[in-house]
Amino acid sequence: MDEKERESAPVASMGRRGFLRAGAAAGALVAGAGMARAEGPDPLITEVQPWAQGLGDGVDATPYGLPIHFESDVVRRNVSWLTADTISSINFTPIHALDGTITPQGCAFERHHSGAIELSKPDYRLMINGLVETPLIFTYEDLERFPRVTRTYFLECAANTGMEWAGAQLNGSQYTHGMIHNMEYTGVTLRTLLEEAGVKPEGKWVYVEGADASSNGRSIPLEKALDDCLVAFKANGEALRKEHGYPVRLCVPGWEGNMWVKWLRRIEVTDQAVESREETSKYTDTLADGTSRKWTWVMDAKSVVTSPSPQAPIKHGTGPLVITGLAWSGRGAIKAVHVTVDGGKTWKEARLAAPGQPMALTRFYLDHDWDGSEMLVQSRAVDDTGYVQPTKAQLREVRGLNSIYHNNCIQTWWVKPNGEAENVEIS
Amino acid sequence: MSKFRELVIGTTVLTALGVAPAFAEKMGLGRAALPEEVAAWDLDVSPDGTGLPVGSGSVEDGEMTFSENCAACHGEFAEGVDNWPKLAGGMGTLDHADPLKTIGSYWPHLSTAFDYVNRSMPFGNAQSLEPDQVYAIVAYLLYSNDLVEDDFVLSNENFTEVVLPNAEGFIVDDRDTVELPLFTQEPCMENCKDSVEITMHAANLDVTPGDAADDAEPAAAAEETMAEPEAPATEEAAAEEATTEEATPVEAAAAGVSDDADVIAAGEAVFKKCKACHKVGEGAKNATGPMLNGVIGRHAGAVDGFKYSNQMLEAGEGGLVWTPENISAYLKDPKGFVPKNRMAFAGLKKDDDIAAVIAYIAANGG
Repeated sequence: MDEKERESAPVASMGRRGFLRAGAAAGALVAGAGMARAEGPDPLITEVQPWAQGLGDGVDATPYGLPIHFESDVVRRNVSWLTADTISSINFTPIHALDGTITPQGCAFERHHSGAIELSKPDYRLMINGLVETPLIFTYEDLERFPRVTRTYFLECAANTGMEWAGAQLNGSQYTHGMIHNMEYTGVTLRTLLEEAGVKPEGKWVYVEGADASSNGRSIPLEKALDDCLVAFKANGEALRKEHGYPVRLCVPGWEGNMWVKWLRRIEVTDQAVESREETSKYTDTLADGTSRKWTWVMDAKSVVTSPSPQAPIKHGTGPLVITGLAWSGRGAIKAVHVTVDGGKTWKEARLAAPGQPMALTRFYLDHDWDGSEMLVQSRAVDDTGYVQPTKAQLREVRGLNSIYHNNCIQTWWVKPNGEAENVEIS
Repeated sequence: MSKFRELVIGTTVLTALGVAPAFAEKMGLGRAALPEEVAAWDLDVSPDGTGLPVGSGSVEDGEMTFSENCAACHGEFAEGVDNWPKLAGGMGTLDHADPLKTIGSYWPHLSTAFDYVNRSMPFGNAQSLEPDQVYAIVAYLLYSNDLVEDDFVLSNENFTEVVLPNAEGFIVDDRDTVELPLFTQEPCMENCKDSVEITMHAANLDVTPGDAADDAEPAAAAEETMAEPEAPATEEAAAEEATTEEATPVEAAAAGVSDDADVIAAGEAVFKKCKACHKVGEGAKNATGPMLNGVIGRHAGAVDGFKYSNQMLEAGEGGLVWTPENISAYLKDPKGFVPKNRMAFAGLKKDDDIAAVIAYIAANGG
């Protein structure tokens, strides 16, 4: 491995184009070596290296650790032209650089409507009101005393891949599919809290609302609220991060991310949907004839190859190649993922890292022997309801070109002989 | 068995029974909410008018209230400044390419507009408006969309009589009937198509961050993707100027600005009311408001690339310099100090807050 390849830190400041060039160049150098014998003794082995001679950091050097600086390019990124201001905006999870299924909180995408607020546990209150026997107030400490559950779910923004409706736009799975994360949540079921207040028979919906200035609120049918919604205060074992709703957020498994209200402060049982801004003017799907679907809550089955991809080019030349990606479905568990390298003429069944879990990310791998020719790489998810991820053409056939939200189309990466990849549409 | 469980069974949510960790009597946790507490937080308004406060407001009053509180982002005529949301227009565009979705062209319920303005606006100063002001703003928004005459007065009495043009434009999610039959076919695995052609390249568009043409505008549909559109064009010149115009701490202190860390920290909290529109510190650029690097000691209306109101430009030409005293007076009463300027901010009431926020700005390159 040459010097340029080993020192990955400077890559972060090079910008994507420079990164791709450097990657391709390094790939070309290494490709020749391939499986062959080493040309000479490797100084990394034959010479005593500083880390093998001197001492490293002591414990407590970083009481709460960050990833080592070599990984400094594995960060959330935003697309500045998307929104007016970062305070009401979104960024993207670096899924191209992650593996497994759990998204670390520190790089899990953020979406704020009035900025990420600081709300302490002592200042936290949760109100249940409306059509209940007893309107109640809970403190954070109260929530910790209810029977607790731990469950893993994906959260996908309804707008994920939305920029791709009009055509191939953004070069990178982080940008095309990074409005998603997958965490292990700990908390109390919403059902438990509603039971404590006692839902009146005329209650048909719950309206959930956050404590930030946007006062973001969504109406959820009572059936869903009682089924699997979770009032969560831990993610991946630790407190929620500020940007994910510390100290308490709602989880609405399998349903669009906007409903997962952060800084949850109020749950109102109602007899009708409130039809708030976020469930009428936004997060509704306009069809070709100008009518719009509302209450499109479920996130349909979807998948994407995260590597190789535009931000994760092939650098090692021909031979063994791990094609990997993520699959998920809001309707249930992923049953199978198919991968093609020829634009959909022939598909192979990928290997799932673990059996699909309901409404959680599934990691897939296809172990491929790359001959160095160009590839049109796609993945196709199938869930346990039999839903098969559609092509973009199939979706446009039904919904037209203005739908934007809920774009779960099959994604295509054109991988060139030099290992670089580009976001394309194909026939 | 609790009453609740009977209700649940009655509503056929049987799957839920296997999910709950324990299904017992009430835990007795929490406390009863007081009526005043519920009243303070339960502000949402539904399409049938449930939740509307008593009040009224005219188009005429709304025009002024809108101008003071909303127009900086949404434009004097609700047409939208830069790429902040347009609130008026777009009638008949929903089946066109690039539809313009506004309160008039798209929103199904007037209650949504009232509810959103009442709970979530103005941006950075939410829940600062009185009910009559909200009624007036909503009346003005109806007028801006040519839906009422200029003598219209909206109130809780006549609210539900207003029907928006696209009220019937929505259907409940029909994917299960329309899409599932199409998307649950047995998938093809071999010989699925004869040929494959690339029909579009993302590289041709060149809108990916990190590319040389980072600021390129996206294809039309993308803007609508986000709840809040699009950055005003930022000026590189402003950022460069920032590095040359920084007031040194010495100058700031000499000018009567506190350099006490506690005061600066307090000012950081106050600045949250400003930062939706104003940026300060390293790399700060113009946004809805001008960037504030070097503001102390600068002439009014002098940041390159920012579109000031004529009034602010005239004030600067007339010699107005942003000394701490003048900033203080401006923040105390923005509309009084520079009448008809574009800043949609009511001002800071407390002198301590004003001093603190000036200290914070000074300490951060202002």
